[in-house]
Amino acid sequence: MEAEIPFFEGPSCPIPLPHHERILIGHGSGGKMSHDLIMQVFNPPFSNPILDQGDDSGIVSILPRNSLASTWNGQLAISTDSHVVWPLFFAGGDIGKLAVCGTVNDVAMMGAKPLYLTAGFILEEGLDIDLLQKVVSSMQTAAQEAGVTIIAGDTKVVQKGKADSLYINTTGVGILPEGIEISGKNAQVGDVVILSGPIGAHGMAVLEARQELGFESQIQSDVAPLNHLVHEMLNQSHRIHVLRDPTRGGLATTLNEIAQQSQVSILIDEMAIPVDPAVAMACEMLGFDPLYVANEGKLVAIVEKNDSLKVLDAMRQSRYGRGAVIIGEIHSDPRGRVLMRTSFGSTRVMDMPSGELLPRIC
Amino acid sequence: MCLGIPGKIIEIYENNGLQMGKIDFGGVLREACLQYVPEAKIGDFTLIHVGFALNIISEEDAMETLEILRSISDLDQELSPN
Amino acid sequence: MHYTTEFRDAEIVHRISAEIKRIITQPWVIMEICGGQTHAIMRYGLDQLLPQEIELVHGPGCPVCVTALELIDKALVIASQPGVIFTSFGDMLRVPGTGRDLFSVRATGGDVRVVYSPLDAVRIAQENPDRQVVFFAIGFETTAPANCMSVIQAKNVGIKNYSVLVSHVRVPPAIRAILSAPLNRVQGFLAAGHVNTVMGYWEYLPLSEEFKTPIVVTGFEPVDILQGVLMTVRQLEQGRHEVENAYSRLVNQQGNRAAQAVINQVFIECDRKWRGIGNIPNSGWRLRSEFSQFDAETRFEVSGINSEESPVCISGLILQGLHKPVECPAFAKTCTPEHPLGATMVSSEGACAAYYRYSNIALTQSTKQ
Repeated sequence: MEAEIPFFEGPSCPIPLPHHERILIGHGSGGKMSHDLIMQVFNPPFSNPILDQGDDSGIVSILPRNSLASTWNGQLAISTDSHVVWPLFFAGGDIGKLAVCGTVNDVAMMGAKPLYLTAGFILEEGLDIDLLQKVVSSMQTAAQEAGVTIIAGDTKVVQKGKADSLYINTTGVGILPEGIEISGKNAQVGDVVILSGPIGAHGMAVLEARQELGFESQIQSDVAPLNHLVHEMLNQSHRIHVLRDPTRGGLATTLNEIAQQSQVSILIDEMAIPVDPAVAMACEMLGFDPLYVANEGKLVAIVEKNDSLKVLDAMRQSRYGRGAVIIGEIHSDPRGRVLMRTSFGSTRVMDMPSGELLPRIC
Repeated sequence: MCLGIPGKIIEIYENNGLQMGKIDFGGVLREACLQYVPEAKIGDFTLIHVGFALNIISEEDAMETLEILRSISDLDQELSPN
Repeated sequence: MHYTTEFRDAEIVHRISAEIKRIITQPWVIMEICGGQTHAIMRYGLDQLLPQEIELVHGPGCPVCVTALELIDKALVIASQPGVIFTSFGDMLRVPGTGRDLFSVRATGGDVRVVYSPLDAVRIAQENPDRQVVFFAIGFETTAPANCMSVIQAKNVGIKNYSVLVSHVRVPPAIRAILSAPLNRVQGFLAAGHVNTVMGYWEYLPLSEEFKTPIVVTGFEPVDILQGVLMTVRQLEQGRHEVENAYSRLVNQQGNRAAQAVINQVFIECDRKWRGIGNIPNSGWRLRSEFSQFDAETRFEVSGINSEESPVCISGLILQGLHKPVECPAFAKTCTPEHPLGATMVSSEGACAAYYRYSNIALTQSTKQ
């Protein structure tokens, strides 16, 4: 607990007041202000034995936990992601939750168990510290839910105007159990494609939060940590060939990437793809296709057919897989392309989007 | 040039001298200008294009169209012996 | 009634499809002139539900594809100027001008913003009194009432920092130009239902008569489009040439009088150059002199723009239905959606972009029942 700080009135005093409402350049310069920021804003919520050491690096022993002792061959899954979403807060989530879940999910999509995260912050001068505290608190909540520990961090401050309030980079480390070989190149002809739930919510929630297009709805971002879901799935089957989370570019991009990596064809049944009515309507209104809209709490699994039903069942028992459905299957031709059977029985190509999703009038 | 979406008018008001409305697109709400549909009332369905209502949708015509289309082929099968 | 799901009913769609197959006896070439209809046809694979005898041609129905190159280049110059907030519908951002597009202007510091409605652009002008706000007023007749209202609103509220770069085009002169072309193959038209919602269809009666061509006002949902095709085929098979309305829930012969009045108040007809096609007389609208203070072309003095179309691009011939994209030497080689040479490859409704997706795939052979 700090002692009472005297409050100076009158002509401005050269001794800086320790209580700040906003981030200042000094917070990034490594001196007392930086130290105070870390001790007051970052360490308390993130507190854990490794971080609390306060050293230049966090030291961890990747000794297999008891249950994994016989199933680890020493492989690590490491992923890094930077988060620049604007606005910082949107229905269903915020940049902090995104930063944790995004990297947790990238590690989990390899079938690895995420254990540790690092978090690097680039703060814009003038950022409201209250806001920063909310973000940090949200990160800790997400980390707790995912069961990961934030063991190292960094803070820099840039001049006003050089960052959209706040950018966060997270790097995640996880251990890959023996016998797991999940990769975008492993889809096999005859495999089944499973989607964990309705698509398009995250992208539309962020768009709504920007308030540039003037629509209001009950849409919430689906941002969520998926590692427990993946764990349940892997308990059912090791014949899960591909796992991927359809983030930017949406489901269409992810399926196209897999089709190309595996050199197979993916045939999707349009009627099987779940989209929440509000997301569907918001997309219609702006001329978007939900297939191209970002998700942050969904995964695509490509599973050997014989195991698909039990994997599906396990997903539906899990918190973030309740809406899981089979949406398609893997064929051999046309190689590298994704096709979709429409509700009318016609077949069309499901393309990758060319770039930024833009509302259209045409 | 043609992205027009049907929505239900749930509120009508004036803003800056223009007749405006709050439109409900199946749960998604947006404001639109109703200046071109002066006869619009709350509960009407209208076609919205770039934030403007272009016309009121006629439920009667819609039902009639669907009715006619649903009975295609039935009638023709009766009439033609092939 | 939602007016969407009912008009996507698979059972009705299949009924109509069966009926078309039942009555057709010879090949017919039908053109639809609306990017929205092209989009729906591709998105739902509706052409696969039509008999082989029908050739559906995608006409110049996308303002993105037909906006003159000079105008795009003027937009780029204006958007690059300091102090300007350039606002536009999303469609236009990726259209290539001579050498660059609005996206690249944004990348070099231009303030380019996408708006959903022209009234949003007016609001931006009100919120930024020290900046010049320009709105790229493109579109067919469907969008004219909205674009005009933004100008009237700016005038009424006394907004001095708002101007519009106008590139409006009208459908009836385009139909005339297409049907008059010596090599024209189009035998029937699906008219753009939302254009007709505004304008009615009285303008099409003399066209249908003069060129002995059926014109059917058609909507945008799968049921609407199939119905439009059915009614067109019926006319063709029966040797009739009339204007019929397959979108009666929104369209009537006179159209929306209030909207037409405002258009007449703000706009006057003019000649307009359609990208790739050339000048079509009276096919455009420009601001009347009473509103000339809102004309971005005069406010920014963008004359002397040297526009160079790619010499290889044959967009215009494709838009008129005279050539197919695959017949273009650059198609899928030097011209792709990522590196488009012309507008028809950029717009997702553009005929070239649509064909590109099907290139190298024996799609029609393997999946058509």
